[in-house]
Parts: sequence; structure tokens; C-alpha cells
Amino acid sequence: MSGARGSIKEGDQKKKARKHGSRNPVLVRGIGRYSRSAMYARRAMYKRKTKAPVTKVEKKIKERAPAKVVKTVGGDKNGGTRVVKLRKLPRYYPTEDVPRKLRSHGIKPFSQHRRKLRKSISPGTVLILLTGRHRGKRVVFLKQLGTGLLLVTGPLALNRVPLRRAHQKFCIATTTKVDISSVKIPKTLTDTYFKKKKLRRPKHQEGEIFDTEKEKYQLTEQRKADQKAVDSQLLPLIKKVPQLKGYLRSTFCLSNGVYPHKLVF
Amino acid sequence: MCLCIFGFDLFCSIINCVFKRFVEIGRVAFIAFGPHEGKLVAIVDVIDQNRALVDGPCTGVKRQAMPFKCLQLTDYVIKVPHSARQKYVRRAWEKAEINKKWEESSWAKKIEARKKRATMSDFDRYKVMKAKKMRNKIIKHELKKLQKAASQKKA
Repeated sequence: MSGARGSIKEGDQKKKARKHGSRNPVLVRGIGRYSRSAMYARRAMYKRKTKAPVTKVEKKIKERAPAKVVKTVGGDKNGGTRVVKLRKLPRYYPTEDVPRKLRSHGIKPFSQHRRKLRKSISPGTVLILLTGRHRGKRVVFLKQLGTGLLLVTGPLALNRVPLRRAHQKFCIATTTKVDISSVKIPKTLTDTYFKKKKLRRPKHQEGEIFDTEKEKYQLTEQRKADQKAVDSQLLPLIKKVPQLKGYLRSTFCLSNGVYPHKLVF
Repeated sequence: MCLCIFGFDLFCSIINCVFKRFVEIGRVAFIAFGPHEGKLVAIVDVIDQNRALVDGPCTGVKRQAMPFKCLQLTDYVIKVPHSARQKYVRRAWEKAEINKKWEESSWAKKIEARKKRATMSDFDRYKVMKAKKMRNKIIKHELKKLQKAASQKKA
């Protein structure tokens, strides 16, 4: 209350003058003799009305961060922008015993998913592709890419399978392995490198709606160069193992009496 | 598989014999299923119609009763008196060199081949295919040569 002087001023005035005790005698504990306004006069606060030049700094602090952000949204006929609140109201008021978890609790976006790789697949393993235009072909596994897909190569000279992505679930991993530790794979081979390009701006009702521009795949020089770089390192390693070259050239097929669940790959 | 306590005349005339392997004391049998699958034992005694006392000291089978159903008789017999103790069964077994004879028999070799085939990897299967192909090629080549020689001889 209006008892002791501010401790901040104590240090200041020590040099100048001895501090005065409380000018407000205590009647009963917690109650002083003089009121707040009387104390104002007794302490001569009317003489001590200095204002610190805080204006500029204060103004800066006063500026609050924006509460809303306007974000652009793709697609047409939807207004183009959305207003997103940055300071949201709480989603839990402590009336419930346990705070309720959001429906999306633990749901991560695809980029943050945990990628797994089967124990039987390691760099240099020979895989048998099961789907796609290269089904049945035996192929060498190089590495797992960021999205979890497997980077795989024929090599091109043996079975016409280029540097390509393959899905783990649609491959059989054989126990045959090539020692790939000395092969350097160019760092440019990532998912974005292999991603299919979509160049389709649908001009509505232009007559030919299904006329997609880039239907045919165009081979680029960079692809050829990368293929050459990897294969030139791989082929001598393959040639060292007897009969492996012919093995990679052949395709896998089932015939009478061959049951996949009984085969050891 | 027949119990032959009464002598051979019951089932086997001198020329016309249907059964060649009999359950007798000392008959070496192959265990077809159960915990000791694939091992050899000697029949030491017969307990009743369905069970035998069996012992395999050199093949890791403890002396025990075993039903006939899971035994398959082999060609080998060791000379051992009935209910002989394990020490003597072992002695007779080693004297007859049953383990060595078994390894050389085609029965054991077939089992071994089956095991190898089951654990073949995809690459091994490819190599086998190539080897078979080459072998057949050679055989056909020789055959053709002989045929040609024979046809030329005729002409």
C-alpha cells in the first residue's frame, strides 16, 4: 500500500540524502493513518511528475503483430484468397477431465511420414519387379529415395530398365546381392528428378479436352548422362560374378508346379 | 512292414517274396515323422503290436518306445541280442558302419537333394536351368551324331 518508498529510488537517493521512513503511521496492521490522496500530498508526488521519453520505443512495442493473414489459394472460382487467423481461440476449456485430442492428433503430412525398408532389401540387392512395363525383370537396387520409393537400375545395357523408381511393395527381394559400396550415385537423383511432369492447362470447352500435350515421354540428355555414369560403375561389378549378367538379362516367370509360397527367393 | 517272429515261411517262399524288409531285432529303421524326424534307429525289442523299443546311440536318439507307424525299415540289420544295452547297440552299429553305408545309399542322397532343391535361391534356379540346358544340348548332339552314323551305315 502506501507504506515504504519505492526500492528503486533507494539506491538513487543514498548518495544524496538518507531515506525517510514511512510518512504514514500505522494504526492497525494493514491500515495507515492517511489516505491515498493525503499521502500523495505528504510525499510531494506533485513535484515528481517526470515522464521518461519513452514515446518512440513505446510506439514500437505497442504495435501488435497482425492478428490475421491473407493467403492466396490456387484454383479458380473460389475467391482466390483466404483470411487465416493467427491467434486462435483455445480449443479446450478446462471443463472436461482430460483435454480432448484433435481428430487429426498424430496425423502427419506425407513429407514427415516414417519411411520403412524391408530388411531383405539393401543396396545392391537384385529385385524382381512385379508391376509396370518392366514386370518380371530382374533389377539392381541402388538406394531408397526421400518418399520411400526405391531407386533401381537394370542396368540399361542388360535389360532395358533405366534409372527408375520402383515401389517396395511391388518388388520381390531376392537373396542375391551385388557389392555396391564402391558405386557413387549422383546426388541429383531425387524424387523431384523422377517426378512426372504435368503440362496440362485445361482450357475449358476448347473442343479437345482430352488432348494432353506431353503424352509421350521425352528422353533428356541429363538422363542419358546419369544412366551412363551409374551403369559404367555397375557393369564391371556385375561381370565379376559368374552368370550374373545372364541372370539379370532373364525374366522371372511361374510355370507348372512352381508355387511362390514355397520358393526361396 | 510285418512282424516276423514265427519265421519267414509265413510270408516268403524261396522265390516269390512280397516283403523283403522285416521288423526284427537289430533292424535299422528310418524315422519318418515326429521329433526325431530323419534319424536312423535300431529296433532293439518289440513291446506290443504297435510299438517297438528303439535306440539310436550313434544318431542321437535316446532309447525309447516308438510306434511302428513312424518307422520306415531300411536294408540294414545289426547283430544285437534283444533288449541289449545301449553300449552294445553302439558297438554293433559302429562295427557294421551303418552311418557310412546310409550316407552312400541312394535313399539318403535323394533326401539330401530334396533339401538342397528346397533352399535354392532364384539365382541358383537360373544357374541350374542353364546347366540342364547345356547338358541336354551335349546329349542331343551326341545322339544326333550316332543317328547320323547309323543312317549313313545303312545307306
